[in-house]
Amino acid sequence: MNFELPNFSLIIPEIFLLTMICAILLLDLFLTDKQRIVTYYLSQLALVVTASLVFFYHTSVVIVDFSGHFIQDPLSDLLKIFLCGIVVVVFLYSKDYLKQVNLLKGEFFILGLFGVLGMLIMISAHSFLMLYLGLELLSLSLYALVALNRDSQLASEAAMKYFILGALASGLLLYGMSMLYGMTGSLELASISEQISKSDNNSIVLIFGLVFIIVGIGFKLGAVPFHMWVPDVYEGAPTAVTLYIGSATKIAALALALRLLVDGLIELHHDWQGMLVVLAVLSLAVGNIVAIAQTNIKRMLAYSTISHIGFVLLAILAGTIDGYIAATFYTLAYTIMAVGAFGVVIILNAENLTDFQGLNEQHPWLALMMLLFMFSMAGVPPTVGFYAKLMVISAIISVDLTWLAVIAVLFSVIGVFYYLRIVKIMYFDKLEDCTQVVKLATDMKWSISLNGLAILALGLYPSALMVLCTQAFVMSS
Amino acid sequence: MVALSDYLILSAILFSLGVGGIFLNRKNIIVLLMCVELILLAVNTNFIAFSHYLSDISGQVFVFFILTVAAAEAAIGLAILVVLFRNLRSISVDDIHTMNG
Repeated sequence: MNFELPNFSLIIPEIFLLTMICAILLLDLFLTDKQRIVTYYLSQLALVVTASLVFFYHTSVVIVDFSGHFIQDPLSDLLKIFLCGIVVVVFLYSKDYLKQVNLLKGEFFILGLFGVLGMLIMISAHSFLMLYLGLELLSLSLYALVALNRDSQLASEAAMKYFILGALASGLLLYGMSMLYGMTGSLELASISEQISKSDNNSIVLIFGLVFIIVGIGFKLGAVPFHMWVPDVYEGAPTAVTLYIGSATKIAALALALRLLVDGLIELHHDWQGMLVVLAVLSLAVGNIVAIAQTNIKRMLAYSTISHIGFVLLAILAGTIDGYIAATFYTLAYTIMAVGAFGVVIILNAENLTDFQGLNEQHPWLALMMLLFMFSMAGVPPTVGFYAKLMVISAIISVDLTWLAVIAVLFSVIGVFYYLRIVKIMYFDKLEDCTQVVKLATDMKWSISLNGLAILALGLYPSALMVLCTQAFVMSS
Repeated sequence: MVALSDYLILSAILFSLGVGGIFLNRKNIIVLLMCVELILLAVNTNFIAFSHYLSDISGQVFVFFILTVAAAEAAIGLAILVVLFRNLRSISVDDIHTMNG
């Protein structure tokens, strides 16, 4: 038996991040509460250097190593760099809020970084084992993050719900994985795909396993009817954690779905397409309709997330390269919008829709940015949200699923109502109590402006992001 | 000789007990944690049975990882439970209804 040393240069970004996390964890013990800002700067440094390492070692071919457990391709590079960038912005927005609510602890950043590490592993996973370990590293960090505010009944309740449903989802996913392992005799996605294509009759056990995998993915993505945890977690968690869950984790969820369904189970495309159609249509319907009834801004954005997940699923179920490109484009565009929208929520420390009253009189620039985020989520041109929706719809029309496209458009139109309601509240409702003053730190002002302008710029020149997404798939296929 | 299907049926029963327990249980959160463990053990049974009958070691390696992760998961679950009990003074499932998802 020969033993080959794997190519360690593939996982240098992950190794660096893990080293930094351990260092920060130790250092944080010796800091007083006043020096806590050091942890923040070190975490940002770790993320920036990780992203630059990914960029430095980027590849234009597909490399599989570590006995088939690890993959590096243009898609993984793109998602990883984007992920680190988004989390940098998340930490930046969170810092002042955390100080305000007295939660500026090292744990937030350390758990956040561990979550990032888990997501990096998921993005590069090429076997069931790696996917599971990455997913659990992320999930365990998130459970703890949701419960970060120990004295809040709401937060601990949300954490408990999230934990039970998350653990159940992992269990379902694992059960599906065990069935597929039994039928194919392998844990690596490439050889699973090969084995399935060899056996010409799709056995009932494979489909049985596939159902559990889809349910597991549905839970993790937060697709209807497995969405019960999403609104509660978004509402109960500290807003900084909601910001993290609402934006960064969506990139990892996309990676999970793409790796499992496309890299591993593409031979069963015909079977999972039908299941995803149900999930996507239900997500679009429930997400957009129930969001109208919400008075809490975080719950409303949670239902909006569910409807956006519906769009991502639509793009994936097309099963073509165009579909995957659209799914990636949509997810990346969505994370930029979500981080911005939650950013405004965190600046205002808003809980209810009425907290946005008269924002235009108080802070016109911030209101304009929120307007951009809402327009982009609703899919109004010339924001990037419009192009994201357009690409998804053209991808599903090209595989003759026009009826699905019609449903998607109908529910998007319904969805416009609650996004525009926020705009109406900001611009036309009078402020009732003038005691609350919106203060913006300089770095927050700059980053929220950049964030808003990015939505507009990508909407005007979508090809900038489109080229990256296209390269990620064309080269790897 | 125990057939592969016997193991699979056993694990399917364990799995259903776990999932059923999560949805039917209305009393105690600790029972929910036990159900989660039961699900993971059902999965482990599956992996080991397949691994043995396929003469492939990787399934058993996976089981070690699942066991380790399950331990970490139980630790976090119990920690959250302690926090919840401090705030709520109860661990009854019926008392968790401040938010309706």
